[in-house]
Amino acid sequence: MKVVLENLTKIFPGRDRKKGEKVVAVSHFNFEIPDGKLIGLLGPSGCGKSTTLNLISGLVKPTEGRIFFGEDDVTELPPENRGIGLVFQNYALYPHLTVRQNILFPLQNLKGKDKLSKEEMDRKVMEAAKLVQIDELMERRPRELSGGQQQRVAIARAMVKMPKVLLLDEPLSNLDARLRLKTREEIRRIQQETKITTIFVTHDQEEAMSISDMIVVMKEGVVHQIGRPQEVYDSPVNLFVAKFLGTPPINVFQGTIRGDRLYIGGDAVLSVDGVCDKEVYVGVRPEGFVLQKEGAFGCHLNRVEVMGRDISVVSAHKECFNETVRSIIGTETRSDIGIDHAVQDGIVRFSLIPHKVFLFDRETEERIEAEVRSL
Amino acid sequence: MRKKTVHINSLKGWLYLLPAILFLGIFMVYPLIDVFVYSFEEGYNSASQTYFGTGFYNYSYVLHDPYFLQAVKNTFILVIITVPLSTGIALLISIGLQAVKPLRELLQTIYFLPYVTNTLAVGMVFMILFKKTAYSEGLINLLITWLGGTGVDFIDGPYWAKMFVLCFYTVWVVMPFKILILTGALAGVDRQYYHAARVDGTSKFRIFMRITLPMISPMIFYLVITGFIGAFKAYSDVVALFGTNLNAAQMNTMVGYVYDMLYGDSGGYPSYASAAAIILFAIILTITCINLLIRLKNQPDS
Repeated sequence: MKVVLENLTKIFPGRDRKKGEKVVAVSHFNFEIPDGKLIGLLGPSGCGKSTTLNLISGLVKPTEGRIFFGEDDVTELPPENRGIGLVFQNYALYPHLTVRQNILFPLQNLKGKDKLSKEEMDRKVMEAAKLVQIDELMERRPRELSGGQQQRVAIARAMVKMPKVLLLDEPLSNLDARLRLKTREEIRRIQQETKITTIFVTHDQEEAMSISDMIVVMKEGVVHQIGRPQEVYDSPVNLFVAKFLGTPPINVFQGTIRGDRLYIGGDAVLSVDGVCDKEVYVGVRPEGFVLQKEGAFGCHLNRVEVMGRDISVVSAHKECFNETVRSIIGTETRSDIGIDHAVQDGIVRFSLIPHKVFLFDRETEERIEAEVRSL
Repeated sequence: MRKKTVHINSLKGWLYLLPAILFLGIFMVYPLIDVFVYSFEEGYNSASQTYFGTGFYNYSYVLHDPYFLQAVKNTFILVIITVPLSTGIALLISIGLQAVKPLRELLQTIYFLPYVTNTLAVGMVFMILFKKTAYSEGLINLLITWLGGTGVDFIDGPYWAKMFVLCFYTVWVVMPFKILILTGALAGVDRQYYHAARVDGTSKFRIFMRITLPMISPMIFYLVITGFIGAFKAYSDVVALFGTNLNAAQMNTMVGYVYDMLYGDSGGYPSYASAAAIILFAIILTITCINLLIRLKNQPDS
C-alpha cells in the first residue's frame, strides 16, 4: 500500500503561559511513499518526525493537508479504521497480559463479519510470533522479557492483523548498542518478508541509513531532503543535511572561491567550475582526505588514532568549525604513503577527493551546484 | 575479623531501630498482648488488679450478649453495603473527573472537601438533613413530603431508616479519599496503552475492562482492604449521628460496644471489652486474609 502525504501540516496551539505561541510541528510535508518500502524519518529531537508518524497513524489530526493510503483518503478516518500497526517507543505492552494475550488483543477487537474463530485467532497469533521468533515465550509476561524480546512482541502485536502500513516510533532507542544492531536487521528482515510498507522514526542517522530504502531528513517541521540513503549522503542539499548524516561528522570550513580556485585559509585546495569569487562553507567528508606529501591542504596534526581497519587522523585548522578535523584514511592509502611522509613540522598534508567535498552558500546554507575538480 | 565487623554492624542496626522498637513495643505490642490476656481473665478489675479466674467465660458472655450481637450485625451491614458502594461510586466519579477538562480542579476540590471536614461537624449537618425536631422535619423529609411521600424519622425512627442514614453518611465520608487515590491511579496509567489500544480498534468499554481496570487494580484492592478495616472500626460517625446511647438506639457498632463496656454508662468491664476487641480483631484478620487470597488468585505472579 503506498502512502501519500499531501501538504501535511500540523500546528499545535501553545500551552499555558505560551498560549499565543503556536508550534509548527510539521510544515507542508509532501511525499509519496512507494508500496512495500522501508522509510526512515530522520531528524534531531523536536523536528516533527514523531508527529508525522502520529499523523499517519491518525492519533493526531492534521491542521492542513491530506493523507492517502493507496487511492483512499484516510485523513478523516480514526486510527482503528486505517489498517495500521503501530509500535511505540517504549512498546506499550500490556504488563498484566502474557505475550500470547498481548498479541491476541487486537484480534479480539474484530467485530461483525471480521470476527475470527478461536482456532483462526490462535493460528494468526502463532504466525506473528513465529515471524518475530518469540514463539517460545508465549506464556511469559512482558516484565519477564528482555528489551529486545519486548520489542519483538510489540512488533508481533502490530503485525498480527496484517496492517497495510506498519509504523515504528523510535523502535531501537530503548535497546543497548549490540541489540540495536541485531534488531534493526530483524526489522529489515520482517519488512522484506512481509512486504508491508513500513515507516519508522529515528534520530540515529546510522540506523536510518543502514536499513531504509529511503530516508526523509527533517528539521523543525520542515522536510529537508528525501532520497535513498546513499544519495542523500553523497549529495546533501544543504549544510544541515550534510552535518546530520555521517559519523564522524562532516568537517566544515570557511572557504573562498577566487577565480576558479577554492581556498581554505591560504591553501588553494581544489578548482571549481561554475561559481566564481564567493565566500562559501566547505564541507569535507572524513573519507575525503588523502594523505599526500605534496598535498594542497595542510592541517596541524594532533594525533593519529588507529582503529584497525583504518586510521583516523585528528588535526586542527583555524578555518574549521568543528573542534578538530577528522579524517578517515583507509588501509590502502596508508600503505601507499605512510603518515610520517605526509607530516612535516607538525603539519599534515592532504589532497581532497572532489566528490567528497560540498560547497554551501554562507547566507542560505544551501548547497552550491558547482563542479569541483582536483587541481 | 570479618565476622566481628558484621556483628558490630548488626548491633549498630539494632541501635538505630531502638527508638522505634521501644515506642511501638510500649504503645502497641504491649497493649495488644495485654488485651489478649485480659480477655481470658474473668472479672478483671483494673483498680485492684485482681480477677477471679481464667477461661473463655468473657467470650461466652460477649457472644451471648444481645447488644454485642446487634453491634456485630450493624457492623457487618455497614461494611457489606458501604465498601463496594463507596469504591464503585468513587471509581465512577474518578473516571468522570478524568473525562472532563473544564472545572476539573474545582470539582476535585469539592469532592475532596468532606475529607478535611470534621466528623462531628459533618454529623451535625446530617442531623439537619435527617433529624425530626420540634421545629423542623429535616430537609430530606421536607423533600419526601414535597414529592408526595410520607416522612420518616431517620434518627429516632425505624431501624432501616437509621441504617440508611448511617450507610449514606459513611459512603459520603470515605468517598473523597477514594476519589483522590483513584484519580491518581487513573492518571498514572501511561497514555501509550490507550493509544495502542485505540490503534487496535478497542472499544471504550473493553479498554476500561481489559486495560484500565487491571492497571489500577492494586489501588482498588488497597481501597477495599482499608475500606473494610475502616468500616469495621466505625464508631465516631455513629455517635455523631445517633448520640452516645447507641445500644438503646439499636445502632451500636463493635468498636462502640468495646467503648461502652469500658467507659460507657454501663461500663467498667475491661474483660468483656477485651474479649469483644479480640473478636473484632479476629474478624478483620480473617477478612483481610480472604481479600489477600482473592488477589493472589487473580494475579498469581505478583
